Amino acid sequence: MVEKERVQTPPKGGVFVAHARVLDAEDIKRAIQRMAHEIVERNHGLDNVVLIGLQTGGVMVAEMLTEALSKISGTSPPQGTLDVALHRDDIGMRPVMPEAVTDISVDLDGATIVIADDVLFTGRTIRAALDALCDFGRPKEIQLAVMVDRGHRELPIRPDYVGKNLPTRISEIVDVSPEGVDLGTVKK
Amino acid sequence: MSLVIRGGTIIDSDGEKRADVAIGDEGIITEVSANLKGDEELDASGCIVTSGFVDLHSHLREPGQEDAETIETGARGGALGGYTALIAMPNTTPAMDCLAVIDQVRALGKKSVCEIIPTGTMTVGRNGEKMSPMGELVDAGVGIFTDDGNGLQDPRLMRRIMEYSTGLKHRLGRPVVLAQHCEVEALSCGGHMHEGAWSSRLGIPGQPAEAEELMVSRDIALVRLTGAHMHFQHLSTTGSVEMVRLAKQEGLPITAEATTHHFSLTDASCASYDPVFKVHPPLRTEQDVFAVKKGLSDGTIDAIATDHAPHTDHSKEKSFAEAPPGMLGLETAFSISLEDSGLDLPQILALLSWRPAAIAGISDRHGNTVSIGSKANLCVIDPDITWTVSGNSMASRSSNTPYEGRRLRGRVRHTIQSGEAVVIDGETQR
Amino acid sequence: MNSIPSRSLLSIEGMTKSDIEEILDLTDTFDEIGRRPIPKVPALRGRTVATLFFENSTRTRLSFETAARRLSADTMSFGAGSSSLSKGESVRDTVEVIEAYGADVLVVRHPDAGTAQRIDNWTEALVINAGDGCHEHPTQALLDAYTLRKHKGSLNGLRIAIVGDIRHSRVARSDVLAFTMLGAEVVLVAPPTLLPPSLEGWPVTTSYDLDEVLPTLDVCYLLRMQNERINEGLIPSVREYVADYGLNTKRAATLPKDALICHPGPTNRGIEIEAAVASDSRSVILDQVSNGVSIRMAVLFLLLGSGRNLVEVNDLEGEK
Repeated sequence: MVEKERVQTPPKGGVFVAHARVLDAEDIKRAIQRMAHEIVERNHGLDNVVLIGLQTGGVMVAEMLTEALSKISGTSPPQGTLDVALHRDDIGMRPVMPEAVTDISVDLDGATIVIADDVLFTGRTIRAALDALCDFGRPKEIQLAVMVDRGHRELPIRPDYVGKNLPTRISEIVDVSPEGVDLGTVKK
Repeated sequence: MSLVIRGGTIIDSDGEKRADVAIGDEGIITEVSANLKGDEELDASGCIVTSGFVDLHSHLREPGQEDAETIETGARGGALGGYTALIAMPNTTPAMDCLAVIDQVRALGKKSVCEIIPTGTMTVGRNGEKMSPMGELVDAGVGIFTDDGNGLQDPRLMRRIMEYSTGLKHRLGRPVVLAQHCEVEALSCGGHMHEGAWSSRLGIPGQPAEAEELMVSRDIALVRLTGAHMHFQHLSTTGSVEMVRLAKQEGLPITAEATTHHFSLTDASCASYDPVFKVHPPLRTEQDVFAVKKGLSDGTIDAIATDHAPHTDHSKEKSFAEAPPGMLGLETAFSISLEDSGLDLPQILALLSWRPAAIAGISDRHGNTVSIGSKANLCVIDPDITWTVSGNSMASRSSNTPYEGRRLRGRVRHTIQSGEAVVIDGETQR
Repeated sequence: MNSIPSRSLLSIEGMTKSDIEEILDLTDTFDEIGRRPIPKVPALRGRTVATLFFENSTRTRLSFETAARRLSADTMSFGAGSSSLSKGESVRDTVEVIEAYGADVLVVRHPDAGTAQRIDNWTEALVINAGDGCHEHPTQALLDAYTLRKHKGSLNGLRIAIVGDIRHSRVARSDVLAFTMLGAEVVLVAPPTLLPPSLEGWPVTTSYDLDEVLPTLDVCYLLRMQNERINEGLIPSVREYVADYGLNTKRAATLPKDALICHPGPTNRGIEIEAAVASDSRSVILDQVSNGVSIRMAVLFLLLGSGRNLVEVNDLEGEK
């Protein structure tokens, strides 16, 4: 199958080799559509809802969700991006990338935040994001939307909206892009 | 009992020849010829046998700074470097400005492995204010006066000292030598290295070459006025060397020395900010190094001196500005001269031995030809051996050598002080 | 961890253009943190940053300490005033004691050139030079470059005058190197007594005429004029200096409208800069101060927390 340069932060950097396509572009659109409906349903509309995409993979998911939400409700919720690198517990294992910008210009006090990310794995990124978000204000509620939940959680964290539950081996890599979701490994 | 140095080649002011040297009980050379036998023998095959070196400029730190050096350890370092006589600078604590301190240094020197020749200060306490008791010191045999470490700033007082010294000639039996550390402090003060491109780049305040040159120029004029014998210490700049060259051509009674570091190192060394490279006068430019070498080779400069200046590790573990100036030299002087001076061996030996001996007025016993009847102050040099400089393994109590880690060729193998082999195969015997 | 090569920040000299750009790029990330309601991240939790100021500088020390605290590092401070240096302790003794307290980074300010470099030889901790005598002040140059880049987009092609006591200025030495490396053209403006004795190898031009230079500038960088210089006989009087080299309103009017006015602080209002000029719309002096914290966060993070070194070590292992 396809080999592609995967923009991955060290120490995982390398060439991603896909073994199986799990979702294609159409599947992703449908999943986004469904998750958007769930968000509206669960929050009785979009009042006070703020979407925060995690740098870097979650930003795309947040953007797709925002687009879908605005089609459904006619208004697009405020959106922000968050880089959790400085809040990670494995800091020092990966460099901070200048292009991963944190941009939260909305007041988060009392907001319902939907964190958007591409893949939910150990839960450590989400833990860091929860910490970081609390430095910006006191939200009413924080929810989590992910395109893929691949299992192997190491922290008591669960998603509220899932594009696809995907059982994986711990050594496998899940690659999410608008073209599809691939399962594979990284060749050093 | 007799000691024979076997198998070497003698180089002295008379030239070069293959011969063994026999030394008798009195410490006098008794025979110089082939295939001599003695009760004790020193192997000198492949080596050069020459008269022991004379350092016109050693800081032995005793009394006052015995943690940095003592006369005993300084002399031991000297002997390892081939020296049989060290002219001890008077900037001790207290300074050598009176008979009591001179006598103490002499007494300590008697027990050491080099002949220690104390100098007297030109002014009391080296303060540059009041003339020291020069007549009294001359009567005690002191022949060189210097405020080394400080240049004598006041031109009027300098003139008086010069004039006064000329009146002591008959009491000493030879001209009294005034040795000047040339540095006009008004120009140099606050400077810690040579002022130029490197100091500007490193942000270390500099002292200009002119601080040295102005005093050289002043003292040449005063020699012309007074007729005193002036010895310029550690010349380091192109301008100084040129002025001395012209003054000598004029026939003025002037001699000069240069240190090994001023012809082997430049101000670029200070880029490490390691105060081991801090020295007064400071390390200068490539051009100045070239001028000093030229001065050595054409006879403008009479002697290679060390300005051996031990400082404890503790006192050098400071910023470049705070650390005291000075570096070790006795144990590396010969090898550095051989490697870096660009001179041939006989020239180097003249600059290390017989020419400084003449300036110090000790030619009766040092820097002699290696011939029957001469005092046996000798050293034996292995010109081919290579060794690595290591401050910690030196005899000095301090380790501030600027040549740490450098591979050098040529080293002193044996040193004979008054007939006694004080260094054998690079090891001090006491 | 000892296998990680030292990444001490001692001088701009020896850094490459890409080193500097890496720091400037990363600084945006830390600048954003400073604007958060709670401007603090846990990145350097458990690390200790010691400030060793053998010369007083409350501003620089506060800037580093603020940066360290925003990254959740612990801070320790050693000041010459309260020190045992006066009791005969050598700099090395002091450094060894501070290291024994567990400092990971030593931020060093010393009145003598080269001391940070000396200290770096004596310690396993990383060293940041916060100003050494008349030598360098690398984080100042970085924050200056960051400030100029933020306002001008890039330093490439900018014409920058550094005005004042360049001879004694560590800021000028670092700025000249950083600015020119990033493509700016630098002109030094000062009377000859306040220029370094030799400018051999410096990528600069000089001028004794501020009035002639001002209309050509993109940036006018003023240095602090210290009263000691008058006592040292380097200039006749403050009055004459102000008349010839002070940036007053009249002179500032000849400076292009889009030019910037910088000063490393603290300013001597009425001497090198008139009070009204310091608060001119072209003045970015306060930006420099706030950017100082962001730059120092970036530097501390790069030294202690970035994982950059770890990646290099991994690469090395890969080669074996």
